[in-house]
Amino acid sequence: MTAIPAIAVEPEIQSTRTSRHVLNVILRDPLSLISTIVIILFILIGVFAYQVAPFPKEGAGKTNVPNSLLSPSLAHPFGTDKLGRDVLSRVIVGARPALIVPMGVVLFAVLIGAPLGAIAGYKGGWIDEVIMRITDLFLAFPSLLLAMAIASALGRGLQNAAIALVVSWWPWYTRLTRGVTISLKERYFVEAAQAIGVRDSIIILRHILPNTISAILVQATVDLGTVILAMGGLAFLGLGTQPPSPDWGLMISDGRTYILEQWWISTFPGLAIFVIVLAFNMVGDTLRDIFDPRQYR
Amino acid sequence: MRRLEFLLRRLLTSIFVLIGVSIITFALARVIPSNAAALYIGPKARPEDIARVTIKLGLDKPLPVQYFIYMRDLLHGDLGTSIGTKRPVLQELAGRLPATLELLISGMALAVVIGVPMGVLSARWQGKPMDVFVRTISIIGVSMPAFYLGLLLQIFFFRRLDLLPLAGRFSNALRFTNPINPVTNFLLLDALIGKNWIALKDVAIHLVLPAITLAAYPSGLVARMTRATMLEVMEQDYIRTARAYGVRETVIVYLYALKNAISPTLTVIGLTVAYALTGTFFVEIIFNWPGLGLFTVHSLLNVDYPAIMGITLYGATMYVIINLAVDLIQAWIDPRISLK
Repeated sequence: MTAIPAIAVEPEIQSTRTSRHVLNVILRDPLSLISTIVIILFILIGVFAYQVAPFPKEGAGKTNVPNSLLSPSLAHPFGTDKLGRDVLSRVIVGARPALIVPMGVVLFAVLIGAPLGAIAGYKGGWIDEVIMRITDLFLAFPSLLLAMAIASALGRGLQNAAIALVVSWWPWYTRLTRGVTISLKERYFVEAAQAIGVRDSIIILRHILPNTISAILVQATVDLGTVILAMGGLAFLGLGTQPPSPDWGLMISDGRTYILEQWWISTFPGLAIFVIVLAFNMVGDTLRDIFDPRQYR
Repeated sequence: MRRLEFLLRRLLTSIFVLIGVSIITFALARVIPSNAAALYIGPKARPEDIARVTIKLGLDKPLPVQYFIYMRDLLHGDLGTSIGTKRPVLQELAGRLPATLELLISGMALAVVIGVPMGVLSARWQGKPMDVFVRTISIIGVSMPAFYLGLLLQIFFFRRLDLLPLAGRFSNALRFTNPINPVTNFLLLDALIGKNWIALKDVAIHLVLPAITLAAYPSGLVARMTRATMLEVMEQDYIRTARAYGVRETVIVYLYALKNAISPTLTVIGLTVAYALTGTFFVEIIFNWPGLGLFTVHSLLNVDYPAIMGITLYGATMYVIINLAVDLIQAWIDPRISLK
């Protein structure tokens, strides 16, 4: 009799333990702590872009040609671009498509990929076969190349670029969640739930998915860097955000013609991408040292 | 026998994957754009032109029939005609491929040459300054967008130091002073074949910055993977035994451990090719490299769907082939793999 309650609470115990564990590790490692602060800061800047930006209208695209190509100064710490717009303001407003949207992309990729992976792993048999073969097909393409082709077919624009990235990235989460699910399936709490006749859908929803979260979270942190780079790439090519709206990738591409003299137009948005991706990679590295999601692949 | 079976099974899977890839590519190009015929003609399409082109391109037929025709043409080496240039897509791709492959191969070779030793050194001196240094470099490598790194290198090595050329595959003057006789269209090879040393040097220095830009991300990944597997291998009993016997640490690291760490590293190298394939497009745009990159961007921006299909197929096929090659090499190095 004593064993049953212990089995029943096992998932809960595990999830609180890991989340506190994660927090501890991040707080103790100075680099991860700084990275986390940088990430939070960038997100806040993105969310409150129009409140923070010194020239919010120029940030959104309003031109101010008399100020064309000013070098960095107190009034314009990052200088101005060809159309006289404050580069700092544009970097700040550009955080929305370049950082906030990729976060949404990863969220949607998880929401599509994880349930499919859990179903495939839990059910096995032909359902597993069908889901995984489709997943494999998507994984047969270099992800960014697939996203480029989809974005082009859907038509240029931020929303379509985001959809293209979701379509290219969900299979990675299906594969990961399936692996975790297969290892969870053998655990007592799942077998116990099966034994007392809990429906499969409830088991997947209540017992399997909550326990895949830590692995997915680690993978998502690592992926966020990659997806930000991919979004930057799409924008750089002209498949993402359309002018006059700002986007880091697009700004780099815009400033390319002036790179040898007016270096600031491309350099600062590029620095923004580099710093945020570096921060995500640092945190991702630390998390991966605790629990390696690749062990389930 | 086992190996042959593994080889055949692996080949068969690859063929199925490629068929699936062709279906997705087809769907992308024919199903999503609302009116392919109008795209083909351009912005000034009249209704009667659209009707004519719809029939000419077979767009009025049911989709499965269209796919069948597409596959039949594909197997005959016909990838359709580019809307942008009105020339066969295959010809467009083939003409540009050598430049892209030369860049891709140099970049990947550089990534391995830099990445593997970095990972080994990092594992050998785990926790020491060397380890910290290598890990910092490699995490910077995987966090830097290629299209940004390329620009920074141009500012530094061209504008500030005036050490390396800004862009292009060779100097313009070379065409007149020491023209390269095209044999393979891999300029390094062609210059070597023609014993054209001046051209060889010129081509090589033009390749430096693009290759470094392309190699940054893969070398970071390779270094990280090599380090991780090396550390794992160093925990093994046979390494401890070797240590107990008093074998020198350098021999242990470079002879015993590295040999066993190569297989997982190979997998990562295969995966990074996926990155490098698209990476070449960005590097080519930055460095004005006459490969597939500019053509790709043009096709993508103008929804030149026959060209996009061709490029997507090229990317996926290369990726499948390289991963197949990696698997086969691994099975050859480590016979246990083919038993799985």
